[in-house]
Amino acid sequence: MTLQEQYVAFMTILRKEVKRYLRIWTQTLLPSAITMSLYFVIFGSLIGSRIGEMDGFTYMQFVVPGLIMMAIVTNSYSNVVSSFFGSKFNHSVEELLVSPTPNYVILLGYVIGGVSRGLLVAIVVTLVSLFFTHLQIHNLLVVVAIVTMTSLLFALAGFINAVYANNFDDISIIPTFVLTPLIYLGGVFYSMDLLPPFWAAVSKLNPLVYVVNAFRYGVLGISDVSIWIAFGMIGLFTAIAWFYSMHLLNTGKRLRQ
Amino acid sequence: MIPALTIENLRKSYGNGFEALKGISLEVQQGDFFALLGPNGAGKSTTIGIICSLVSKTGGRVAVYGTDIDQDFPGAKKNIGIVPQEFNFNMFEKVFDIVVNQAGYYGLPLPLAAERAEKYLRELGLWDKRDVASRMLSGGMKRRLMIARALVHEPRLLILDEPTAGVDIEMRRSMWDFLKKLNAEGTTIILTTHYLEEAEALCRNIAIINHGEIVEHSSIKELVRRLHREVFILDCVESLPEVVSLEAFTVRRMDEHTLEVEVEKGQTINQVFDLLDDRGIRISSMRNRANRLEEMFVNLVEGAA
Repeated sequence: MTLQEQYVAFMTILRKEVKRYLRIWTQTLLPSAITMSLYFVIFGSLIGSRIGEMDGFTYMQFVVPGLIMMAIVTNSYSNVVSSFFGSKFNHSVEELLVSPTPNYVILLGYVIGGVSRGLLVAIVVTLVSLFFTHLQIHNLLVVVAIVTMTSLLFALAGFINAVYANNFDDISIIPTFVLTPLIYLGGVFYSMDLLPPFWAAVSKLNPLVYVVNAFRYGVLGISDVSIWIAFGMIGLFTAIAWFYSMHLLNTGKRLRQ
Repeated sequence: MIPALTIENLRKSYGNGFEALKGISLEVQQGDFFALLGPNGAGKSTTIGIICSLVSKTGGRVAVYGTDIDQDFPGAKKNIGIVPQEFNFNMFEKVFDIVVNQAGYYGLPLPLAAERAEKYLRELGLWDKRDVASRMLSGGMKRRLMIARALVHEPRLLILDEPTAGVDIEMRRSMWDFLKKLNAEGTTIILTTHYLEEAEALCRNIAIINHGEIVEHSSIKELVRRLHREVFILDCVESLPEVVSLEAFTVRRMDEHTLEVEVEKGQTINQVFDLLDDRGIRISSMRNRANRLEEMFVNLVEGAA
């Protein structure tokens, strides 16, 4: 395939993905807006007013970056895992497998589809948060870079989950039992300074700690971890996820007999 | 001329040790209408799966229009259109989108993809259904949708895995006409089917596969020529006597108005009519007891078992 043909194939996959989540927007875009509004009301306004300041910011200002990142992570992941597993389940993935579309284009198409949903939900949630607090941007470059890298990483993770999944239960196990606990324990609602030294050290094994703190640094200018270590970790995990996903596609594991 | 499809010593073994293909070799020439026959589990779908990359081969070589799939699979895939046995499209997608997207996966720009989708949906009688979710189509329409999807990049080799399974007679006939027209226009077609009548009506050459091995690879004419015996059923105008015998022919009286006659190689049906005429027996109609190819198929498959 020429580069031009590969671009056409990529755009075809991306267009299909975007059309899919826009068609079912009440299941894909609306829930995050509603859930985050509830978080803002309960944790930000009601409970937050009694907590007071955290790291020099109101509690509402402190939790907003983490909540936006939470929406990006869950939406990037769930878009790819449900879409790719769905195409495996109804065998429509064969449409792609029999075509000359290179594997990296297939992966890129699905992953960028997931990233686009993550970013769209991030914009929606950010707009909702403006009803509750004033948002400043400390470093736009860090914000853009961390949002893009994070959604890329979790879209790839969703792809790997989809390849291994045998049924619909398998695509909800990881989000429910791994992703959600990691997000809640990733410093969305609290600063690492509040934890005893042992648990603060344990928390640093959680990749979501780096994601949330790097984004919080971009928005508020504060972070519990080094921003460079955060970028390094996310970059490393993204590279590993990309090469592992390509390995799965190239070997046809769970896709070809 | 380079063959449309070359398969050499193709082998497929699964992890549990089952050998689905035991080193099959066959060649399909350009412009051919080729039938791949075999009982369930013989290896037909495995062979097709390997050609279109849904199954990984264990050994051997496959080339499509001279392009080896090990050296340039994307190049080989461009020449192949596949119509699988099971429906494998997203049931929630619209008919038009399914065909246009498939064109996109082959690198066709959107305007050309839309033009081709319209062309083939019209030819297959699905244009009126273009905005309908595919799950709303009847079984026959879904099969035609898969043919339109397989043709949208205009492949030189079209492979159909039991395309008329579960399709009513009228629809089957119209699909046959469409495939004959496509073949006449130069597309090489490989067909797997359980309907031997279909293979005899459409195909020029045939391979019969059984237990992962090719047990026959020749022209349909040659196969039929090799048949030694045909059985005819004759419907008689008047009531038959209790015993009917014709010299040199094996005859069975089925009922008061029906005779079954075996005609061996070298004998003619005219001889039967002459003998019946001598006995004052008039015939109103005649038909084969079974499809001739079917008999040959059963013999070959049972012989290999």
